[in-house]
Amino acid sequence: MRNRGKKILALGVAAAMAFSMAACGSTSDTSQSSDTSASTDTSSTSTDTSASTDTSSADEGKVLNICVWNNEFPNRMKDHYPGFEAADPEDSTKGGKIGDVTVNFIVTDNQGGQYQTKLDEKLGAQDSAAADDKVDMFLVEADYARKYVDADANVAMPLEDLGITADDLSKQYKYTQDIVSDANGKIRGTSWQACSAGLIYNRAIAKQVLGSDDPTAVQEAVKDWATFNETAEKMKAANYKMTSTVGDTFRVYSNNISGPWVQDGKIVVDPNCKQWVDDSKKLVDEGLTTTNDLWTDEWKAGFQAPGDVFCYFGPAWLINFSMGNDPSKEDDGSIAHAGGWGLCNGPQGYYWGGSWICAAVGTDNASLVKDIMLKMTTDNDVMKSIATADSDCVNNKEVLAELASSDEGNNAVLGGQNPYQQLADGAEKVDMSNTTQYDQACVEDFQSSMMNYFNGNATYDEALQQFYKSVMEKHPELTPAE
Amino acid sequence: MADRTAAAPKARTKSIKRYNKYGYIFLIPFAAAFIIFQLIPLVQTVYNSFFENYKSGLKMIGPNFIGLDNYKTLFASGDFLIYFKNTMIMWVMGFIPQMAVALLLAAWFTDVSLRLKGQRFFKTVIYMPNLIMASAFALLFFTLFSDNGPVNSFMIQLGLISKPYQFLAHIGSTRWLIAFMNFLMWFGNTTILLMAGMMGIDTSLFEAAEVDGATSTQIFWRITMPLLRPITVYVLITSLIGGLQMFDVPQILTDGSGDPMRSSMTLIMYLNKHLYSKNYGMAGALSVILLIITGILSLIVFKFTASKQVES
Repeated sequence: MRNRGKKILALGVAAAMAFSMAACGSTSDTSQSSDTSASTDTSSTSTDTSASTDTSSADEGKVLNICVWNNEFPNRMKDHYPGFEAADPEDSTKGGKIGDVTVNFIVTDNQGGQYQTKLDEKLGAQDSAAADDKVDMFLVEADYARKYVDADANVAMPLEDLGITADDLSKQYKYTQDIVSDANGKIRGTSWQACSAGLIYNRAIAKQVLGSDDPTAVQEAVKDWATFNETAEKMKAANYKMTSTVGDTFRVYSNNISGPWVQDGKIVVDPNCKQWVDDSKKLVDEGLTTTNDLWTDEWKAGFQAPGDVFCYFGPAWLINFSMGNDPSKEDDGSIAHAGGWGLCNGPQGYYWGGSWICAAVGTDNASLVKDIMLKMTTDNDVMKSIATADSDCVNNKEVLAELASSDEGNNAVLGGQNPYQQLADGAEKVDMSNTTQYDQACVEDFQSSMMNYFNGNATYDEALQQFYKSVMEKHPELTPAE
Repeated sequence: MADRTAAAPKARTKSIKRYNKYGYIFLIPFAAAFIIFQLIPLVQTVYNSFFENYKSGLKMIGPNFIGLDNYKTLFASGDFLIYFKNTMIMWVMGFIPQMAVALLLAAWFTDVSLRLKGQRFFKTVIYMPNLIMASAFALLFFTLFSDNGPVNSFMIQLGLISKPYQFLAHIGSTRWLIAFMNFLMWFGNTTILLMAGMMGIDTSLFEAAEVDGATSTQIFWRITMPLLRPITVYVLITSLIGGLQMFDVPQILTDGSGDPMRSSMTLIMYLNKHLYSKNYGMAGALSVILLIITGILSLIVFKFTASKQVES
């Protein structure tokens, strides 16, 4: 009995060890798989260059390493950057060639902050890495852009150092530049998308309750938060929800704060965010919205016909890709398929999403990086083709104006409405001068802490204390405002 | 082991000693793995806990030696005790039914007079939940008990409730769900352990009791339970240590928030919160305290099993 027990124990210990080692092995494998393919390419090309002409064929590296978290940017490069030859036409993340320069995409999933971890590691090793292993470009999202465009951190090159002038960027929307500007006002990134967003309303409900589904008429009913909440009361009388969850409106409020989340090392809750709490609490208590998270099935329930949710908030990509099949595809019973949505500006201008391209300090391909940035984010032709082929709302005032005035911009999901004028107007109104590197933590934790207040598990002050606590766990150097 | 070598004749001890070196050789892989992957990190953790050392954005702050400040912060904010309490509450809520059901099942399975059919099948089935990854299990429950999930629609159709009950928006239901999952995952394992203990009891004792006219309830409480005590204590302590490390189920179920109002946040979930800022100091301090608690509990197990050896 005892012996057997020991044998089993020994076996167990051995199995546990084998398992933990296997686990280590497999994780390191996956994290490096994209690298190994990159580095093999690298070594072969680098021997080429060193063997043959190294001074005459420009003084730039032959390998362009780009850190991304999904295939979005690789696809845009493959489809729209002139001269980009994909190694595998089916899978753009396999990289390719631009002239004699090899392009490698280092893909790390965004889930749970993995992408940032990988990027931190790569950028931290930038000085010691061999020229062809250095990161040349990387992409960032708005929520953590500040961390990488910080002047002290100095990991993203100011665009002016690359030779990109303010003139080159003149057609872009200002908010897309504010997000990637450092404390000295130097722009350190550029985006091809302007994800300005609006209020997407259910046309059938609008007709029934408001008497019209015309965007201007609906806009009148939601033009500011007071009117928005009055309209919500009408929805209640007709047994509809105003929004699907409290999270729908949060970005609208939080994009319009009057001061940054963190001031002098203190966490400050802006009056507009407090307003969100008060308005949302009322809506939740009256059953006009729920406390579910975005992207849950409960949130999406209002996408299906007939739908009991009056409005969602979102940009072009939400309309085109997330709300169901568009009318040209198979019928999935969604309101989108019936073309039953409408778009208006809503109470306040805001944006949601978008990717920014940054040039890594230490890159040995500065002029190529410059060219990619200019072509992909400022060239009218390239941006027009991105807008029409991929339905991105592009960061280019001229292209958007052109689309707004032509039938090319009509959207079937919106029942043929042309959203570009509203999206362009919205993008002008977005003010992102108040971003900080703490925004991701503040925005996420504020919402999740306040859920406790909405659900009746805490008072506002208790929920606020939990918010401070959560942010301070992520950023121990901060203190709560008095 | 020790008693056997002592009992062996002196002439054989020499040859045994010669063979002992193979024992040490076979130990090398384990010892090396233990030192590299466990002992060194352990010492480093203790060392780190005395420093202020975290990441803010891309900047690393520290390491600055601050003595016991991390420990002070941990206790001064009261958070540690709250999360310790949460962990213990959820563990007890899961452990009591786990023990009760496991004892009942073990008693039935080991009772020869019952002649239960399909024992193998049921033993396998009750162990099954333990084979599922805890995170998958938690995600399954998350879907089952969501507002528009099957449980809610079932109850609405039965007419028990008129609108969906938000399981994860209430302190009680969230804790019960976590406890229930832990119960489901571990009662099979406990049953197997208790069965092993019960089968080790001399059957003549049961027969004697039966001859003396004891009822099966009396046999269970007067004979099975006292003789099972060493195993029960072992199960209790190992489950307590496991319970202290409760993480995956509540983490996935509440998406790491431990909400409502962090009432389901466990100690390890709190530890995990320091991962974002790479706060080696605070995380180290928390780990050291956990190590001390677990160490004390392990010592109890050790004491208990050691004394049992002397008795036998």
